[in-house]
Amino acid sequence: MSTNDTTATRRGKAPAGERVADWADGRLGIYSLAKTNMRKIFPDHWSFMLGEVCLYSFIIIILTGVYLTLFFHPSMNEVEYHGSYIPLQGQMMSEAFNSTMHISFDVRGGLLIRQIHHWAALIFLAGMFVHMMRVFFTGAFRKPREVNWLFGFLLLVLGMFTGFTGYSLPDDLLSGTGVRFMEGAILSVPIVGTYLSMFLFGGEFPGGDFVARFYSIHILLLPGIMLGLLVGHLILVFYHKHTQFAGPGRTNNNVVGMPLLPVYMAKAGGFFFLVFGVIAAIAAIASINPIWAMGPYRPDMVSTGAQPDWYMGFSEGLIRVMPGWEINLWGHTLVLGVFIPLVIFPLVLVAIAVYPFVEAWVTGDRREHHILDRPRNAPTRTAFGAAWVSWYFVLMIGGGNDLWATHFHLSINAITWFVRVGFFVVPVLVFIATKRMCLGLQRRDKDKVLHGRESGIIKRLPHGEFIEVHEPLSQDALHTLTAHEQYKPLEIGPTTDDNGVERKVKGSEKLRAKLSEAYFGEESQIAKPTVEEYKEITSGHGHH
Amino acid sequence: MSSQDIPEENLPAEQDEHGAVSVADEKNPFADPGLPPHEHRVQDIDERAAKRSERMVALLFTVSMLATVGFIASYVAIPHDKAIYVFPIGHINALNFALGLTLGLALFAIGAGAVHWARTLMSDVEIADERHPVEASPEVKAKVMDDFRAGAKESALGRRKLIRNTMFGALALFPLSGVMLLRDLGPLPGTKLRHTMWSKGKLLVNMNTNEPLRASDVSVGSLTFAKPEGLEEKDENFQTEIAKAALMIVRIQPDNIKDKRELEWSHEGIVAYSKICTHVGCPISLYEQQTHHVLCPCHQSTFDLSDGARVIFGPAGHALPQLRIGVNDEGYLEALGDFEEPVGPAFWERG
Amino acid sequence: MAALVVLLLALACTGGLYAAFAPASKAQADETAQSLAIDEGKKLFSVGCASCHGTGGQGTSDGPSLVGVGSAAVDFQVGTGRMPAQQPGAQVPRKKVVYTQAEIDQLAAYISSLGAGPSVPTKAQYGPEGADIAKGGELFRTNCAQCHNFTGKGGALTHGKFAPDLEGVDPKHIYEAMQTGPQNMPSFPDTTLSEQNKKDIIAYLHAVNGDDTESPGGLELGGLGPVSEGLFAWIFGLGALIAVAVWVAARTAKAKKS
Repeated sequence: MSTNDTTATRRGKAPAGERVADWADGRLGIYSLAKTNMRKIFPDHWSFMLGEVCLYSFIIIILTGVYLTLFFHPSMNEVEYHGSYIPLQGQMMSEAFNSTMHISFDVRGGLLIRQIHHWAALIFLAGMFVHMMRVFFTGAFRKPREVNWLFGFLLLVLGMFTGFTGYSLPDDLLSGTGVRFMEGAILSVPIVGTYLSMFLFGGEFPGGDFVARFYSIHILLLPGIMLGLLVGHLILVFYHKHTQFAGPGRTNNNVVGMPLLPVYMAKAGGFFFLVFGVIAAIAAIASINPIWAMGPYRPDMVSTGAQPDWYMGFSEGLIRVMPGWEINLWGHTLVLGVFIPLVIFPLVLVAIAVYPFVEAWVTGDRREHHILDRPRNAPTRTAFGAAWVSWYFVLMIGGGNDLWATHFHLSINAITWFVRVGFFVVPVLVFIATKRMCLGLQRRDKDKVLHGRESGIIKRLPHGEFIEVHEPLSQDALHTLTAHEQYKPLEIGPTTDDNGVERKVKGSEKLRAKLSEAYFGEESQIAKPTVEEYKEITSGHGHH
Repeated sequence: MSSQDIPEENLPAEQDEHGAVSVADEKNPFADPGLPPHEHRVQDIDERAAKRSERMVALLFTVSMLATVGFIASYVAIPHDKAIYVFPIGHINALNFALGLTLGLALFAIGAGAVHWARTLMSDVEIADERHPVEASPEVKAKVMDDFRAGAKESALGRRKLIRNTMFGALALFPLSGVMLLRDLGPLPGTKLRHTMWSKGKLLVNMNTNEPLRASDVSVGSLTFAKPEGLEEKDENFQTEIAKAALMIVRIQPDNIKDKRELEWSHEGIVAYSKICTHVGCPISLYEQQTHHVLCPCHQSTFDLSDGARVIFGPAGHALPQLRIGVNDEGYLEALGDFEEPVGPAFWERG
Repeated sequence: MAALVVLLLALACTGGLYAAFAPASKAQADETAQSLAIDEGKKLFSVGCASCHGTGGQGTSDGPSLVGVGSAAVDFQVGTGRMPAQQPGAQVPRKKVVYTQAEIDQLAAYISSLGAGPSVPTKAQYGPEGADIAKGGELFRTNCAQCHNFTGKGGALTHGKFAPDLEGVDPKHIYEAMQTGPQNMPSFPDTTLSEQNKKDIIAYLHAVNGDDTESPGGLELGGLGPVSEGLFAWIFGLGALIAVAVWVAARTAKAKKS
């Protein structure tokens, strides 16, 4: 056969690398795969690297996590401590705590790996948060990327719970307090709470099971799901191609940047080492979760300043500032003081997760969007996002109210009240302020387009007037500043048809028209400079 | 509600197809001028600069190699328990510091080298790649719909309803086996949360000294923690029992006790309250002896121990349970029964 | 309020000045020394303390009765600078000590003559000899950590009150605080927290919150737990990574046009 002939004749000549690639192509079809992907274009912008921060810290967490499993014993059997840390000699502790002490003090490099693991986890979640905000504020979640937005959102939520279960594993006094809180929260669930708690802990708290159970959740169940979502997330990023900011030569139908091979292979590959290097250095310099100082968990002991890791801080705030409502009726207790925060906790997250779908419904836009919005050009979205972030951070203040009290010499009760009020008031104020700022910036852009850039040069006219010379913008800048799209508010239209028959206007339609007006009405966006305005002014300037 | 009933003119105008380079003119002063021409870097035109970049990259990779050697040397040479003082960090473990810095440097230098290489020596000509709509063309869609209809018809799923219904039934039922298997994750609650180890006649044992407490040991303004007699730290169920039985004992001048029942259940002003917060179960014990307030360090629920431990601030929903105590013939404090209500966080069946 | 501050400061200074010129009594028989100390203490008291605590230490609306608080309470309150108090507030904080140790001893002698109470501990009681650090840790987590944090970094109480940081506090003063329960801190008398227990706690505290305590992992970040760790991760961790990302993604400088 001819194919065999050609392979036979080439066997002698082709370099080894090519032969390996041929072998793989015959079985995996790698050439067709590489055809579209090898020179895939990625646009350059620092904020497009935030997702990579998350990806790489996730890989670092997996690598270091595997190492930790070699030494960690997920058991709650009580043993006496006889390791090298003096202040705990002879203390009773669970094997989980004991083995974490062993990793920290008796395995060379064990402490470093533990610290890298924990720092990387904090940075992973912070990275996901900032990455999500970047996607939100630039409108990168719009069609066709809604599914990828949801994948990312699920990764954030799963990351929070993976982090929380990991934080609980060493069974130290701080994490045990966190688990105790979790038990109380589960108990507050109406009807089934007590059963759920008994099933989760294998009986009464703390029992002897939760470390082993959290262990399999922490190292297998949740990371497994996350890995799947992550692969899907990356495939979609490749498939959709990256978004880009508006600019000369950048349109909705192209992507401008550098090719994967070689530039992004080197940049993105190098960035992995940079991220790992930075986190390793942090783990060398700064201590994290010093369990030896906290001591082993005992349900009758506690330390002040009992907080979860930062990403659970907003839920801690919810639970701290909630008034202690409790209803007792017909021999049953409804623990609203705990259950309401437990319900609001997912709602805070869902509020931002569903936003893209709300916006898509209001605009009714079904086209693909690959050009990013500057936040100022979508004032309502930007204001909503800023309000959400402020809401989140108000709750974080509530979660750390005791440290705010001691470090700023405030009353803990006053801070709690501030958060109670701020929970409702701060997002509204931030929404209004952000929207105004966006509109101000839009006006400035419009001025720049129409009147040019302020050059800082003052000129005196013959009749004595001083004016500042405005330089006209370059064609690049003119295009970039006018490239954004502007929607018109939706109108319901005539409610009677030509024959005077009244048409029923649905409630949802009315709501949509209202929202559309709020989004795109005259008070919510500054109309882009038109060609006529531009011509009138530029020709007017010619007289000077 | 679909978006089809949005009038077309509300959507902004489509952008130019293919980003065609158009020239700004009278009609369109804001036209896209197209990709700017490529400008050269120093390295593109000056071979000496390019050589400098090359040496820089090589230096970074060499630094990485040296750092890895340093890592291995530190691992071998530094004892794992050696402490050093590093300004301004403080007294730290020498091995952790050395391993972390060398590892960090080795990795960072690789990354920095690769990025510097990409930035200065690889081509920086911007390339535009076309996008294609994600949506399939109408022909493709029609083909897929036809295939699906053919397949669905051949399966006869719609026609043979018996097969369909029983199949759905079987698929819906089998996960129940999995649910059943979860039953033995834990016992049923029963009345477990209602009882603690306390019972009539059990002595209150001081947590610090592991000796039974005498009434005379407890002075006004002091704070003591107690566990039930017979519960030792090495017992297998110690953790679970102490999670419910831990007591907080204070003595308040009887005149200062506002709650009548509290006074009755005390012994000459010595009151024993559950140490477990009624909010979510933290061991609450931040006792302010002048105000008689006790604060929870986890969520700041505040209770007034001179007034039946009622909640005066924070998220807890009900007062701390009080244990009724007395004194036996030998002067030791003893419990006069179990708690009358469940200790710890509230739950549905609590009532 | 300002007037009160000035008044208190003036009183404190007068007390200090007076004390500086007061004759010391050393080479005297024990009993005479004791009664002399009480006399001197009484004089100091009437100048520096009586305005709040009453001329006989019986207490007024501005300060509690000192009858029966014992010399340990005086040594703690005056020895840590908490007394004389400067201004009313949620809590009287630790500050610069106004009296010399000799004067504090005289004041203590006078107060303990008013009624029996815990006396100043001896070095043997709070010294490190024979202490069990690990047991001290367990006791610390049972009795102290809920307010003072797991290594004694302090924490918040209600309405602006706080449990202070225990770093650098004289072991004697820690011992006295446990004995006497200053301000809102409850007391831990020898009947419930034995002398040996107290010694163990002090030894543990020295081990985990002393000047040369090792923090194996590096920067302690205040020893406050996840809040400061989270801040560090955001500011230095994510901050550094974003700085690096800016460098990675930025355009390389172009050659200058010649």
